Amino acid sequence: MTTPRIRVPSSVKAGEPFEIRTLIDHPMETGLRHQTGQTVARRMITRFEAQADGALLFTADFRNGTSANPYVAFHARLAQTTTISFLWREEDGREYRAAQQVTVS
Amino acid sequence: MTRCAAGLDRRSVLGVTLMLVAMPTSRAGDALPPDVAAAIREQVGGAAATEGGIALRAPETAENGAFVPVTVSVHSAMAGDDRCLAIHLFATRNPTPGVASYRFGAGIARAEVSVRVRLAEGQMLLAYAEMADGSVRRAVARVAVTTGGCLT
Repeated sequence: MTTPRIRVPSSVKAGEPFEIRTLIDHPMETGLRHQTGQTVARRMITRFEAQADGALLFTADFRNGTSANPYVAFHARLAQTTTISFLWREEDGREYRAAQQVTVS
Repeated sequence: MTRCAAGLDRRSVLGVTLMLVAMPTSRAGDALPPDVAAAIREQVGGAAATEGGIALRAPETAENGAFVPVTVSVHSAMAGDDRCLAIHLFATRNPTPGVASYRFGAGIARAEVSVRVRLAEGQMLLAYAEMADGSVRRAVARVAVTTGGCLT
């Protein structure tokens, strides 16, 4: 149900911008929606973090206007081979992770 | 599928829309619905926002309000003092105005983010960029929505 998907190049040139695309399957229920007369319980991922060898690279704080299966794409550059790690955190503390090494040539 | 139960008449923003387009600069949140202005102040602060140096790309008409692709690009070298620290997105006629805040660390190559937002109905999207020199930039886009994004 909550499967992270990341698209990160396995190798890049030093200092060259490259795109990182991320998506996680998640309903992102706001707690405002009604179904057959009942409120659907809130369940939101509110925090996304990308780290480069443990240093914060990019963060997102998601609010109600972020779509289900939240997608985020951004551009990074690296000077040396680095492991990019990703974290999605639900409001209740549940966490989902993914990581990939990027080789710099 | 459930039907959206969004309060269509909750806010009257037609006049606001026209003013937004016409104003070259404004305080963050000026002349916006109170809850939108408050959400912007909470994230961006009260600094005056200038138009220019920021582009907000969104479809003029979104078939499906549940997944509206949006890209925000800020003109910035992302080096030295010319850095964009954060981008914030707001929607004027959703049940709650906040979409997300994105923050850039040292290894980011471009002040740009591509995301998907959900829109309950046709409305204005507002993007704010916080720069390292303390300045704030703003871009506005109007998006018509064919099928609402069912936030409620």
